[in-house]
Amino acid sequence: MQPTAQDHSHIPGWGIDADPENDPTYPMRDRCGEFTKKYDWERPPQQPIDIETLHSIERPNQPAVIGNSVPPSGLSGVIRRFAFRYSENLYAHWLPLLLADRVGVVEGIIDDLAHGHVPNIFAEKGYRAHWKHDPKGLALRLATTAAIAGGLVFLLTRGKKSDRIKSGS
Amino acid sequence: MLAMNYRGPKRVRVSEKPEPALKHPEDAIVRVTRSCICGSDLHLYNGNVPDTRVGMTFGHEFTGVVVEVGSDVTKVKVGDHVLVPFNVACGRCVFCKQGMFGNCHESNPEATAVGAIFGYSHTAGGHDGGQAEYARVPYANVGPTVIPEGMDPDDAVLLTDVVPTGYQAAEMGGIQPGDTVVVFGAGPVGIMAARCSWLFGAGRVIIIDKEDYRLEFAKNYAHCEAYNFEKDMDDPVLFIKKITDWLGADVCIDAVGAEAAGNALQTITGRKLLLQAGSATALHWAINAVKKGGVVSIVGVYGPTDNLVPMGNAMNKGLTIRGNQTSVKRLLPRLIEHVQNGVLNPKALITHRIPLEDIADGYRLFSAKLDNCIKPLLIMPNSGR
Repeated sequence: MQPTAQDHSHIPGWGIDADPENDPTYPMRDRCGEFTKKYDWERPPQQPIDIETLHSIERPNQPAVIGNSVPPSGLSGVIRRFAFRYSENLYAHWLPLLLADRVGVVEGIIDDLAHGHVPNIFAEKGYRAHWKHDPKGLALRLATTAAIAGGLVFLLTRGKKSDRIKSGS
Repeated sequence: MLAMNYRGPKRVRVSEKPEPALKHPEDAIVRVTRSCICGSDLHLYNGNVPDTRVGMTFGHEFTGVVVEVGSDVTKVKVGDHVLVPFNVACGRCVFCKQGMFGNCHESNPEATAVGAIFGYSHTAGGHDGGQAEYARVPYANVGPTVIPEGMDPDDAVLLTDVVPTGYQAAEMGGIQPGDTVVVFGAGPVGIMAARCSWLFGAGRVIIIDKEDYRLEFAKNYAHCEAYNFEKDMDDPVLFIKKITDWLGADVCIDAVGAEAAGNALQTITGRKLLLQAGSATALHWAINAVKKGGVVSIVGVYGPTDNLVPMGNAMNKGLTIRGNQTSVKRLLPRLIEHVQNGVLNPKALITHRIPLEDIADGYRLFSAKLDNCIKPLLIMPNSGR
C-alpha cells in the first residue's frame, strides 16, 4: 500500500499552519516567568456560595465561580461528602463517587414516584429510535439481557429452594 | 424551561426546570439556539464519569442569544448571538494567562486536574450545560464570542468544541511537513483531526475505525486513507507498521477515549466493570503504532483513575505524549478565519437534527451509531424549527 496523496494541491489549506517551531517536546507556552508561578493572581470576585458545594482538598478554597447544578442530597450526598475527605489521588475519593452515582439513580426513581411520576424507562433509554433503525439489534440486546437476568434469578432461587429442602422446611 | 435531564446510565429525558439566574457579576444568560450531543457526552451517558449526578443537564457545545448580563460584563451585550467555548475559563489565573483556557483554576471546585466544562458532571465543575432552552454562562467577558456576520450558526456551534479539538489534536502532534499521521477514531473529532493534520503539512493521513459509514465519510471529507480495524486487518499495530515502511507513524492521535472497542480485555475491564477509567484500546494502539521518537496526541476523554497502557513501550521508544482539554478560546481566531475562508467546512459533519424533546432518541441514535449518525444537532423549541 502506498500513500494516496503525494501531491497535496487538491487539499484546501495544505500546509498553511505548518510551523517548524511547533515542537511537541516543549508543550508549555511560558517557561520564562512572565506570569506568576504562585497562587497570587488577581482573583475574580467570589460568587456567593448559596448552595452546598463540595471542593477538592487539593485546593485551599472555592474557585471564584462554581457550578450550581444538583447539590449533594440524600444517601448519595452522604457518600459524596465522605469521598471529598480524600484527595483526587486516591481510590477512596473516586470509588465512593461512582457508588454515589448509582445510589443517586435509585434515589431519582424514588423521587419520581414520590412526585407521582412513573419514569418511562423505554422512552428514557431511547428504545423508540433503536427500534426504528435496528429492530433486530434491539431485540437481540433485550433478549440477551432477559436471558442473563432470568438465569441469575433461576440460580439464586434454586439455591434457596435446595437450602429449604435440606433444612426440612 | 425545557432541559435535558440525566436519570442514570443510558437514561435521559427532557423536563421542565427553572430558568438559570445570574449568580456572579460576570455571568450572562443565553437563550440557546444550537446545541449538539458530543462523543464525550457518551462517557457521561454511559455512567463512566464519577460524580455525574441525576438531574444534571449536559451539553458543552452550544450557541445562543444573550438575554441577560451581570453588572461586570462588558464584552457581550443583550441580543448578541454568541458561540460558547466548552471551557468555563476566568482569563486571569496563571493557566488562562498562558492560553491554557481548558485548565482554568477558578471555575471547578470539585477537581483540580481538569478545568470546568459546561454540562460535564461535577468532576468538571457542576455547571449545567446547553442542552436546554437557556444556559448560565460564567465569565462572559472571556468565553462567549460573537458569531461573525455571515457565519452559518451550524458552523459556529461546531467551533465550540469539535473543530478546535480536532485542530488541537493535530497541533499537539507537532506535525512536520511530510509526516505520516494516524488518527484512531472516525467520530466528528477524529475526522476533524484528520482534516486539520493536512493544515500542518502532513504528508499522509490515515484514519482507523470500525464503522464503514464513518470511514467512507472521513475518506471523502478529510481526503485521507481510511481502514476498518475489524475488516481490513487482524492487528492494527502490525498493519500500521507494514504500511509505514515497518517503522510506524510519526504521529498517532487518540480521538476515541474511554468508549474504545477492539480489545475484549479493555472493553470488559474499562467499560463494563469500570475497573479502569474506560477502555484504553485506542491509546494502547497509538503508543505501539507510533515510530520511535514519535508523538502521541490524546484528545479522547478518559476518567480520572487509571488505565492499562504500555508505558514501558512509551519509555523505550522515547515517545512524547501530549494531551489536554482543548483551549478553545486560544484557537478561535485562527479557526474562524479557516471557516470564513472555506478551508474548513464544519457543518458538513452534521447528519441529524433532533428536537430537544426527543433527546433520549438522539443519545441512543448517536451512542449505538444508528442511521449512519455522525453528528447530531439538537433543535430548540424556541428556534422556530
